[in-house]
Amino acid sequence: MNENAAHRLKRRALSIGHSVGLFLAMAVICLPGLWIVLSSLRPTVEILAKPPVWIPQEISFDAYVAMFSGVGQGGIPVLDYFRNSIVISVTSTVIALAIGMAGGYAFARYRFKGKSGIFLGFMLTRTVPGIALSLPLFFVFARLGIIDTHFGLILAYVALNVPFTIWLIDGFFRQVPKDLAEAAQIDGCTRWQAFWQVEFPLARPGIASAGIFAFLTSWNEFALASQLTRSTASKTLPVGLLDYTAEFTIDWRGMCALAVVMIVPALTLTFIVQKHLVSGLTSGAVKG
Amino acid sequence: MATVTLRKLEKRYGATPVVHGIDLEVADREFIALVGPSGCGKSTTLRMIAGLEDISGGEIRIGGRTVNDLPPRSRNISMVFQSYALYPHMTVRENMGFSLKIAGRSQAEIDKAVAEAASMLSLEQLLERRPSQLSGGQRQRVAMGRAIVRRPEVFLFDEPLSNLDAKLRSQVRTEIKKLHARMQTTMVYVTHDQVEAMTLSDRIVIMRDGHIEQVGTPEEVFRRPATRFVAGFIGSPPMNLQEALVYDGALAFSGGATLPIPPEFRNQVTAGQKVVFGLRPDDIFPAGHGLHSGDAAAVHTVELPIAITEPLGNETLVFADFDGREWVSRMLNPKPLKPGEKIAMSLDLGRAHLFDADTGRTLRK
Repeated sequence: MNENAAHRLKRRALSIGHSVGLFLAMAVICLPGLWIVLSSLRPTVEILAKPPVWIPQEISFDAYVAMFSGVGQGGIPVLDYFRNSIVISVTSTVIALAIGMAGGYAFARYRFKGKSGIFLGFMLTRTVPGIALSLPLFFVFARLGIIDTHFGLILAYVALNVPFTIWLIDGFFRQVPKDLAEAAQIDGCTRWQAFWQVEFPLARPGIASAGIFAFLTSWNEFALASQLTRSTASKTLPVGLLDYTAEFTIDWRGMCALAVVMIVPALTLTFIVQKHLVSGLTSGAVKG
Repeated sequence: MATVTLRKLEKRYGATPVVHGIDLEVADREFIALVGPSGCGKSTTLRMIAGLEDISGGEIRIGGRTVNDLPPRSRNISMVFQSYALYPHMTVRENMGFSLKIAGRSQAEIDKAVAEAASMLSLEQLLERRPSQLSGGQRQRVAMGRAIVRRPEVFLFDEPLSNLDAKLRSQVRTEIKKLHARMQTTMVYVTHDQVEAMTLSDRIVIMRDGHIEQVGTPEEVFRRPATRFVAGFIGSPPMNLQEALVYDGALAFSGGATLPIPPEFRNQVTAGQKVVFGLRPDDIFPAGHGLHSGDAAAVHTVELPIAITEPLGNETLVFADFDGREWVSRMLNPKPLKPGEKIAMSLDLGRAHLFDADTGRTLRK
């Protein structure tokens, strides 16, 4: 075998190894999700079987039917939870993005006193685990009378998300050259127009990423929501999962079915926003 | 069409003054270049005219109208940035039409203006491309096209050629010159490159440390520099400058060499005065290898040892030792010279300069 053939073989072997490695990694990442979907379609006996049953014996949609059958017939108020989740997640994401854009822009463009200190302060708030905040928040919210309201949870989630959105959006605005906004102003834009016409479109990937992150954080958050909600007036889907636990039993199948219902909108949103996540939009603006 | 007037224009960052109350009058349709080393305040001055930088004092008038506090969009100006500053998310066509779109003009009007500017700059083939698909020179042309479309009263250029390579730079320079001839618009051009300033402008403003050193035509600032700084800044290679003492009716240099006082300055200096003697490389040449100003009596010949030579083809730069300092001279119709060789050098004192050693100002009346 000559040298070239040996190298060709080696390259092919490497590329196969690469694919196998990627497949394994993806399997590890996706398997829990797949397990949830599978578990929502089969009886508890099979879910808890040892050794695990990988291929379901029979598939039934009973859990989904039951979930939507209404309270009293084995169902839970899933539509209420869904509505609460949507309202709270979307509203808190929009607010966190608005604040994040304003803050990120300010950090990227302006010099002011205590800038790095404030920035560090924002980041430090992220180091406090959410669960540690739940009790103090509970007391404060109880005093304010905003326990079990949309407003309360939105407030908590905005506070939770703002440091991250500011940090992420700041980085993206930094990549947009200052000259562009100035050129736009010379071209007849007001400061405000220059932002929306030139800087905003160029920072869009960052704003989209921040939006997805903020939405998913709010959508999946459990620790705070479980403390700050009480009834169908404000309970979100993650808290709704608890409806499947009774004193001595857990309805794993129902819980998994609700989890699937939760995953679908999150996945859809990520899919829609994904196309905005193209990087390198600013290339060609200035000498480079 | 408009004049630009700066009156006692000042800029301070905190307590640090950057531009110290400059006065300048740019005539209608004039091409004026602000030139100086980096940090001299030329770009800041331009940005103040554009309205991108607040002014700390004084007044800016464009077309007779005071614009001190007006935003950039209300000043009727266009600016070409050093970095080009093209909008990367728009095509060349959208980039060029952007200002008209913002102004709310009809699509037909925008198309017409863009087509006109594109043909002026040979950009027709590139209209649907994005800036990232263009070369540096093309981006520069698009930036100029975007400025033209606006039909401004005043064009501002902020070192527009400094990101281009040498060949492209001279090409675009020619295009800017043609553009000015065709548009007949007032242009203010900032550069640190004195060749650009000399070749393009009607008048040059030489700035240093936030002050204006001299304003004049390229010919004036080259032939009659007002200060020692201007003398050293304008001209390539730079003027030979050396301190001397007026002594016994001659210029005495520290190493013992002497030269006659240049005829033009005989009555301007007094014995014991410290001066700076200046002579351009063109005015010092190996005997028979240069042109003097016409006054043969003013040509003084000295023997100088050659340090090195730099042949450029049609001419050679000769570095010769004068009184312990290296002077550069330009030899026309060059002949081979050997380092260390002593040759007769003609010094055309009719074109020499004398500056006050303390103030740096010319002693010419």
